Amino acid sequence: MKQIEQAPAPQARRFFLQRAAAGLGALALARTSFAADTIELPLPGGPDSRRLTTAFPGKGEMILQRTRPPLLETPWSVYDRGVFTPVDQFYVRWHWADIPTTMDPHTHKVRISGHVDNVLEFTVFDLMKQFKHVELAAVNQCSGNSRGFFQPRVPGGEWGNGAMGNARWVGVRLKDVLDAAGVKAGAVQVQFEGSERPVVPTAPNLKKSLLVDHARDGEVMIAWEMNGQALPLLNGFPFRLVVPGWYATYWTKMLQHVRVLNEEDTNFWMKPAYTIPDNWPHANMTPGEKDVKFVPINRMVPRSFVTNIKNGEKVGAGRPERVRGIAFGGDTGVKAVDVSIDGGKTWMPTELGRDYGKFSFRQWSTHLKLPKGEQTVMVRCTNSDGLQQPMTPNWNPGGFMRNVVETTQIVAV
Amino acid sequence: MLQHTTRATLRALGATLMLGACAAAPAYALTLKTQSITLPSSTRVFPGDGPGARAANTYCLMCHSVGMVMNQPDLPKAAWLVEVNKMKNVFKAPIPEDQVPVIAEYLDSIKGKK
Repeated sequence: MKQIEQAPAPQARRFFLQRAAAGLGALALARTSFAADTIELPLPGGPDSRRLTTAFPGKGEMILQRTRPPLLETPWSVYDRGVFTPVDQFYVRWHWADIPTTMDPHTHKVRISGHVDNVLEFTVFDLMKQFKHVELAAVNQCSGNSRGFFQPRVPGGEWGNGAMGNARWVGVRLKDVLDAAGVKAGAVQVQFEGSERPVVPTAPNLKKSLLVDHARDGEVMIAWEMNGQALPLLNGFPFRLVVPGWYATYWTKMLQHVRVLNEEDTNFWMKPAYTIPDNWPHANMTPGEKDVKFVPINRMVPRSFVTNIKNGEKVGAGRPERVRGIAFGGDTGVKAVDVSIDGGKTWMPTELGRDYGKFSFRQWSTHLKLPKGEQTVMVRCTNSDGLQQPMTPNWNPGGFMRNVVETTQIVAV
Repeated sequence: MLQHTTRATLRALGATLMLGACAAAPAYALTLKTQSITLPSSTRVFPGDGPGARAANTYCLMCHSVGMVMNQPDLPKAAWLVEVNKMKNVFKAPIPEDQVPVIAEYLDSIKGKK
C-alpha cells in the first residue's frame, strides 16, 4: 500500500482507495442487468460458455468476455449483415479499469509534445476546424483475436473470432497534426497514450509507439467518426488513433498524448508485451522453444471467414448452395478468396464484393454443390502482395496473429 | 463543416443503398455531445472460502472482475505462478509476497491443468 500512498495521480488513487475500502460487500451488492442468454464459442478444452450482455452503454448485444475492464466480443452473426460492422456491436477491449466515464468533447484535448518545435493541444472541434478531413475504411483487429483457438492454450483474453470490426473512419491525418507541431530532426518514434489509467497508479500505463515515418505516412489518422456516428465512449470517444493495416493495440482510444521521441520506446507495452516471434508473417514458434527473438507486433496478415453457415449446420445436398463471408488482406488489399471442399487439395475461386479500399473487409460469395454427408468448407484469402493464409495454425505465447485457413463443418442432406 | 456534413449525408445514403437490408442509420449531421456512462460491475467472486479464495478476492478483484480468470483455460501450476507474479511485479498489484504462492495454488486448484 506504500506505493499507492506515494502515487501522484489523484483520480486513480481515489478510485483505488474506494475499491479497497468498499471491498467485497460492494461487489456483492452491485447490480447488473446481464441477459440470461449464453453462447458457446467453442474453444478447445473450454471453458467456452459466455454470457450475452446488453448492459454496456452505447453497445448492443455483445459476448461478455470480461466485465471490468470491459472485454466485449462481437457476436459472429453480425459479420454476415454487411461489410461494415455496426458501431453498437463493434468489439470493445480495455486494458485498465480506470476508464473516464464522462467525456466532454469541448474539454478533452490531445497534446502533441516531445521532440517538436511547438507543443500543441487540440479538442476534437479544433481538429475539425484546422485540418483537412479524410475518410478511410479499415479493419480494426485485436492482436489476440482468436486467441482461444490456440493449442496449447495460452492465457489472455480468450476471444473467439469476434475481436475485429470494419468501419469507415473520418478524421484528420496524423501527418498534418505532426507537421503543425513541427517534428524536429532526429525524431525516431511517436508515442501514443489514451485517457485510461491503471487502478494501481504505479502500474505501467498503456503506451504504444510507431516509427516517425509510419506516423507521418498520411494514412495514420486521428478519427472521431466511425460508420457515420460518433465513437461510443467504450470505443474511444471523442477520438482515437487509426493505424490502417496494423493491429489494434496501436489504435489508441481517447487519445490524450502524442509524444515525439528522439529514441526508441522501450516501455513495457512495446516490449515484452505485444511481441511476436521475429518471423512475420508467421509469428510462429514451438511451445517451449528457447532463444526466440521477439519483436513488437505490427502489420496484419490476411484472413477470411464463412459468415452465413454455422459450424455443423445442415444444407441441401447435390444442389448449389450459396456460401458467403468476409475477408481482409491484412496490411494490403484482397486479391482473391478461394474455397476448398476437399481438405485443401483443390481450390475454387469466389466472387468478390465491392472494394471499399485495401484496408477494408471485402465480402465474397460462391455457390457450392456438396455431396450428401459431412463436408468441410475451407476458405483462403490471398492478399495483393501474394501472401496466402497458411494451412497450419501458428503458435506463440501471446496468442497473437492467428490467421490459419478456417474450416467450416457442414452436413449436406 | 458544411462540406463534411454533406459528405456524411451522401455516405449514409450510399450505405443505405449498398447494404440494402442492413438498414443503415438515417442520414444526419454528426454532432458530438458529452458522453457520460455508468459501467456495469460484476457480482461474481472467486468460489470457496479458504485462504486462497480470500486472497484472490482481496487482491485480484481490485483491478479486474473474476470472469477474466474463470474464462481462462486450465493451465499448469507453473503458468499460474507466472501470471500471479506478473500481476504483482509488472502490474503492481499489492499482493504480499507470502500470498503469491497461496493465490497460485488456489488458481491451480480451480483452473489447473491436470
